[in-house]
Amino acid sequence: MAQQNDIKYIAPVAVDIKKKKYCRFKKSGIKYIDYKDAEFLKKFVNEQGKILPRRLTGTSLKYQKKVAQAVKRARHLALLPFVTDNLKSN
Amino acid sequence: MANHYETVFIMTPVLSDEQMKETVQKFEKILTDQGAEIVHQENWGLRKLEYPIQKKSSGFYHLFEFKADGNVVGELELQFRRDERIIRFLTVTMDKYAIAFAEKRRNNRKQKAEQAEQQPVAEEVVNEEPKTEVEA
Repeated sequence: MAQQNDIKYIAPVAVDIKKKKYCRFKKSGIKYIDYKDAEFLKKFVNEQGKILPRRLTGTSLKYQKKVAQAVKRARHLALLPFVTDNLKSN
Repeated sequence: MANHYETVFIMTPVLSDEQMKETVQKFEKILTDQGAEIVHQENWGLRKLEYPIQKKSSGFYHLFEFKADGNVVGELELQFRRDERIIRFLTVTMDKYAIAFAEKRRNNRKQKAEQAEQQPVAEEVVNEEPKTEVEA
């Protein structure tokens, strides 16, 4: 019995339990995504200023559409760049 | 049926403060003359653009929130296009969530402005000290 327990601890415990992604808008009840708030929208673009896909951010389809719309509006008003390098460091 | 709209526009940075205010008043008049009701307006001041527009890297931002019929927007945008002081504009129709959000945002800004009014007294005192050091 004791030996069996030892073996259990020598073998690495499986750590591939993935953290479940969730839609932050659904979770916190945000209904409207403001295109004027560039700092907030920067969470949904990568360093080049491209919109991040849903599979990375976990946003639901309904709100991903709104995020995309808001980012595009912000770009039109020069609040966000269309293309850049190192957006996050600026 | 009046709709709720929100317009943000950018003016050239070459304008003086007075010229900038004059431009804003001009468009305010265009709106009110056509029976639009201005709910709120905001001046963001001179802001850096994320990319150059017409070879300019900054601009004066101004925001109008108003209630008007749809045809008013067409006229307003026509005037924006004709005016060379305007380098960019965006008009958005607001749904009920946008209206609720705008109201909340307004209140937040008001609170912040009030807090800023109370705090400068303390800040000014701090600012004065280094000056005297430089003079000495």
